[in-house]
Amino acid sequence: MTQATATGPWTRRQFIIAVGAGSALAASLSAAPFGQARAADAPTLDEAIERLVGDKELADGTEVIEMDLPQIAENGNTVPLGLSVNSPMTDEDHVTALHVFAEGNPRPDVASIHFSPKNGVAEASTRMRLAKTQNVVAIAEMSDGKAYIARAEVKVTIGGCGG
Amino acid sequence: MAKPKPRVRAPKKAAKGEVIEIKTLISHPMESGLRKDSKTGELIPRKIINKFVCSYNGDEVFSADFHPAISANPYMAFYVKAEESGELVFTWTDDDGSSYSKTAKIEVA
Repeated sequence: MTQATATGPWTRRQFIIAVGAGSALAASLSAAPFGQARAADAPTLDEAIERLVGDKELADGTEVIEMDLPQIAENGNTVPLGLSVNSPMTDEDHVTALHVFAEGNPRPDVASIHFSPKNGVAEASTRMRLAKTQNVVAIAEMSDGKAYIARAEVKVTIGGCGG
Repeated sequence: MAKPKPRVRAPKKAAKGEVIEIKTLISHPMESGLRKDSKTGELIPRKIINKFVCSYNGDEVFSADFHPAISANPYMAFYVKAEESGELVFTWTDDDGSSYSKTAKIEVA
């Protein structure tokens, strides 16, 4: 996409700004059936994290968790998400759970994946909904009690959530 | 609504110790409960697949809890280490309590 615009009259920067403005407009137009703000009874990101992993210390997981997400998602209704955690996946040392949150969605919870050593590798992929441009957060819980956190930003052109 | 149709792609044969990829999909609207009916303006009640479990010869090896932020027709791909011949059973549970399952046989040489 940026390749094509590089030859056009727009610079990459202008293009991104324009896309951003467009998505903001699209979001405000399509917000009516959905409600732009978070759902009234929804937990905040921190509350959602605490509910699942308790008050464990979250170490920087940039080197541990690999998040495969598009930088720009044209359709927020189906955003491909690939997750991979660097772990030997043995009985002694494996990933027990991998939680995914989307902090800009009406509800931050996305999915919790439970692994076992029988998976061989801690990798999974699915498709998620993103209401708007935001950070996707992944938290990996290990069998030794440690927990790691990683984030990835996704720019969403047309927000999707429910519809 | 059409009955959800589960689909699974897994290799039929694998070498012992081989890590195999399993891809699953189930047709389901994953109604988030946040959407309004465009005619009546009323909220469409939430109805999603909230749980997915894979068991291998009776042992649970992989599971996932889904929330409304999972796209319609939930797709889940993951890996399993092939240790012995047998059956992989996949079960999806709906908000209304109904469950859908699919079985794949695997031969481990």
